[in-house]
Amino acid sequence: VQVDIRCDPRPDFGRVLPRLRARGALGVWYEHEGRALVLRCDLPIALSADRADIGVQDTMRAGDRHYVSLIAATEEPAVLPPLGGHAEFRIQRSIDWWRRWADRCVYDGPYREAVLRSALTLKLMEYAPSGAVVAAPTTSLPEGLGGVRNWDYRYCWLRDSSLTLQALFDLGYRLEGEAFLSWLLHTTSMSLPELQVLYGVYGETRLKERTLDWLSGFANSRPVRTGNDAHGQLQLDIYGEVIDAVYAFTTRGGRLDRGTRRMLAGFGETVCRRWSEPDEGIWEPRGGRRHNTYSKAMCWVALDRLCRLNDEGHISAPTARYRQVQRDIHDAVESRGFSDEMDSYRCALGVDGVDAALLLLSRYGYADAASPRMRGTYARVRRDLGVDGLLYRYRGEDDGLPGAEGAFGICSFWAVSYLAQAGRHEEAAAAFEHVLSFANDVGLFAEEIDPRTGAALGNFPQAFTHVGLIDAALQLAHERGTQLRPGHERRSALTSARL
Amino acid sequence: MNLPNILLWGFVATIVMSTIMDGSRGIGWSRMSLPFMLGTIFTPNYDRATPIGFVLYLLVGWFIALIYAMLFESIGRATWWLGGLLGVVHGAAFLVLFMPLLPGIHPRMASERTGPDPTHALEPPGFLALNYGSMTPAFTMLGHVVYGMILGGFYRLASGG
Repeated sequence: VQVDIRCDPRPDFGRVLPRLRARGALGVWYEHEGRALVLRCDLPIALSADRADIGVQDTMRAGDRHYVSLIAATEEPAVLPPLGGHAEFRIQRSIDWWRRWADRCVYDGPYREAVLRSALTLKLMEYAPSGAVVAAPTTSLPEGLGGVRNWDYRYCWLRDSSLTLQALFDLGYRLEGEAFLSWLLHTTSMSLPELQVLYGVYGETRLKERTLDWLSGFANSRPVRTGNDAHGQLQLDIYGEVIDAVYAFTTRGGRLDRGTRRMLAGFGETVCRRWSEPDEGIWEPRGGRRHNTYSKAMCWVALDRLCRLNDEGHISAPTARYRQVQRDIHDAVESRGFSDEMDSYRCALGVDGVDAALLLLSRYGYADAASPRMRGTYARVRRDLGVDGLLYRYRGEDDGLPGAEGAFGICSFWAVSYLAQAGRHEEAAAAFEHVLSFANDVGLFAEEIDPRTGAALGNFPQAFTHVGLIDAALQLAHERGTQLRPGHERRSALTSARL
Repeated sequence: MNLPNILLWGFVATIVMSTIMDGSRGIGWSRMSLPFMLGTIFTPNYDRATPIGFVLYLLVGWFIALIYAMLFESIGRATWWLGGLLGVVHGAAFLVLFMPLLPGIHPRMASERTGPDPTHALEPPGFLALNYGSMTPAFTMLGHVVYGMILGGFYRLASGG
């Protein structure tokens, strides 16, 4: 077969045309702002006339073996691992490491292959020096081809924290879970007592969005963006998700230090002070704030977990006040956040419409999955947001952006979790297998799925979608009574409101 | 020789030179790390090489400061400009003579001619250490000149001259 390898480095998002240097046995080099990129190959390497691109062309026959290595060096002289047999050794060592890591997965239930693939994906999106897990490693892959819904996801969203942490713990990856929680607690202390929607992998709080107008974008989807202005939004739900993550940590034997206890108290005060404010909500629309039902319910969850932490001796909290605020939130949600006509919770207080995040109300223990209100909500969500067995996150709402988007991967998995919790196991399994059928050839999901073509839309691969997959599989296995490996019992989701 | 004095200012000058050269790496103008290069002489562990190398770097900096002190004593004067001049000679010798020799004497450095092998995998510096970035010679010279200026400016001759 004819082999054609091309390497066209374009630093600074394509603005710099590089000048490559051929350095004989050391390979082809490119230097940019103290970083070196080195391409080495045991086939002849050719530089283009303008020395901006590298090409390798050759013919290979059955049994031939050749090696290409790409080395990045920052701030230090590069280390140039040799090709040939030594490369084979290093490849095998990498494979062995990943196999050993995969063997640590304690989940032996149904869909293990898909669960393990998702765990591997999460691991690959963990930024090892800090323990942060990025939402996706890409920016501006479009949610609608040719559209403007192109975002930078190379950051860490707090909304993902609770489910991510529980997925890591429940699969037996305690070290990764603790590293993630440690990042979470150190990072959030940068903005105390308020939480920011997203942070950089080192906890950076300024993530100003800018558009790269010189790039045409994937499938002409402009603009291409770096940074994310959602960092300045108000999302009250994240208090519930972060505090639930801490609570999950304690239920698995974790202990809280003094700084964390003080931080939780600060969050509790913030929730009590701000729960009645409108916010942008979990989906970060650019169209303004409203009283999102899910955000209110997650404020309830935040206070519920703080009370539980107090009752279990982890913190000292003003529980009487918290419980009073919980009751206020509950009253607001149950009166104005539920519509008798729709027989469903509403997307926002007093606003008729549904939001797929409402399916999480039972997952976080705000409502019982088998309650009439949740049953009605599921039916309404499926009716209004369903498409070919998948779910949109919302529909028919002005989110401040032109164009359409695809079905939302994690929402489709939330539906599975809900069904499993509600005891509708056969339905849950069928729905799960249907959503799984949209994975690509190596089991990966993007943020969204084009319901017409099944194609992946949005940034890829998407941690949140894979977290949803793991959670749905574990929920399904748990509700069916499937055991993890001995000594690794899953802590069940809280199943009922406590007022 | 005023030993306590040269040990004190040799330490200070080495730290300042290290700060200048590491600063150039931090802002992306060079990839030359002398602690890393020194450390890899003694360990194949690239993570441990830098801290080990930093200790060696301090010792080498002290040792060379003794040579500066001997030169000051033999000339009979120590001034900042004389120290800076010695720094120019020192830096030039380091870049022009020592750097190209390094692949031949460093046990883990690859050769420009034969490329890397499992033992010799570290990128060689090349002429003027330009392989580590086009600004490397400038910052290396700056570091050496400042090193010499500190020694010349603060060293007190044993003779009191």
